[in-house]
Amino acid sequence: MILISCPNCGSRDETEFHYGGQAHVPYPEDPNALTDEEWGRYLFYRENTKGIFAERWVHSSGCRKWFNVLRDTVTYRIAAVYGAGEPRPTLDGGSQ
Amino acid sequence: MADLLPEHPDFLWRNPEPKSSYDVVIIGGGGHGLATAYYLAKNHGITNVAVLERGWLAGGNMARNTTIIRSNYLWDESAAIYEHSLKQWEVLPDELDYDFLFSQRGVLNLAHTLQDVRDSVRRCEANRLNGIDAEWLDADQVKEVCPIINTSDNIRYPVLGATYQPRAGIAKHDHVAWAFARKADEMGVDLIQDCEVTGFVKDGNRVVGVQTSRGTIAAGKVALCAAGHSSVLAEMAGFDLPIQSHPLQALVSELHQPVHPTVVMSNHVHVYVSQAHKGELVMGAGVDAYNGYGQRGGFHVIEEQMAAAVELFPIFARAHLLRTWGGIVDVTPDASPVVGKTPIDQLYVNCGWGTGGFKGTPGAGWTMAHTIAYDEPHAYNAPFALERFSTGALIDEHGAAAVAH
Repeated sequence: MILISCPNCGSRDETEFHYGGQAHVPYPEDPNALTDEEWGRYLFYRENTKGIFAERWVHSSGCRKWFNVLRDTVTYRIAAVYGAGEPRPTLDGGSQ
Repeated sequence: MADLLPEHPDFLWRNPEPKSSYDVVIIGGGGHGLATAYYLAKNHGITNVAVLERGWLAGGNMARNTTIIRSNYLWDESAAIYEHSLKQWEVLPDELDYDFLFSQRGVLNLAHTLQDVRDSVRRCEANRLNGIDAEWLDADQVKEVCPIINTSDNIRYPVLGATYQPRAGIAKHDHVAWAFARKADEMGVDLIQDCEVTGFVKDGNRVVGVQTSRGTIAAGKVALCAAGHSSVLAEMAGFDLPIQSHPLQALVSELHQPVHPTVVMSNHVHVYVSQAHKGELVMGAGVDAYNGYGQRGGFHVIEEQMAAAVELFPIFARAHLLRTWGGIVDVTPDASPVVGKTPIDQLYVNCGWGTGGFKGTPGAGWTMAHTIAYDEPHAYNAPFALERFSTGALIDEHGAAAVAH
């Protein structure tokens, strides 16, 4: 069980949240201009980082708001929590 | 009494030093990598082959799965490759001269809602059109096949019926790996453990070797069979995969007298159960929601799985949990594998089997070996190419995969 610090509600159990996968995936500006390959990449390809990963969570059983998390996918430790729409923070030591 | 395990063979494989060059290098010494090596040697006479394993042979998902073997998938493409796989399971104990306790005790896939019932009946009909043994059982017939299931209507999700595949079953996973490994070794394949791939050597767009923790090894062709770590290797090689790695957990009870005659899976309440030959109850759950490479997951997943298991099987209420563990499963958007060529020349990939790779071991090995030997896919794996994620010809098996992704 991961303990997640919701920016609005504070620390809660993982079971109060739902996972949203990779963060910072913008909707294509002009979907009609994309080739099938590019559209396929937008739909189906997401980063699968081993290490610090920027991902989205929603506090379904609390404020019901989306936010972003930097989490290590090997240790599962959360390194940072930040708001939806905010840029990815730089961690101490400069690592992304 | 539960069955005794067969005697361990005197000799399994050599532990050779890596040579400087091979015709084919296979990355990943799990079931799929070993089966690929075996079929390269047996079906295609290609024996100058190395299987590189960063840990020990079959120590990843091959050591962690719940050993369920079946072929009752919905779509024609899946039916073809999974049924071919099941047909190989039926002959492999003789072919490999190794009794790995393949037990065709059948599998029940339970239906708990009206939609489950409709989907399940449809899947049975599709299976039968593809020559796969499948029948729809009502709740009373389910009880006849597996008397310990609670089929009363006083539980949260009553059992309304089930699909039944009598030829499905389980096998002893470690022995399967050892059987493939021993035969591959016998035919000249080098199985190299403790050898981690750290990079690829390329000449233009063509792979010509791999860098490893034990030196650089030249290779005519390279195949990725690394399951949960496929994305990491693909990135190293310079292409992307539509894969997300998740923790998937399983557990066993202590040993019991035989009480559970078949395999029971429930898509709806997320539990699947069989009883291993020695007598332990083997159970699996759905994946943990988040991406993870940690080979462990949250205990709440186990708790939900146990709640479902005890409601379905009241007799399990006093069984003790002995051990839980996790593996890393490589999940694709359509719950079907990726088996075929990559954007890099002479580099092939077998991944994305997600929560169901064990049953596919012979089919994956067979089709990968063909793809490597001829530089083009076998009819059975052609539909499972990476291209389907741009053509849109997905093979959606979320229903038949029977494990929540």
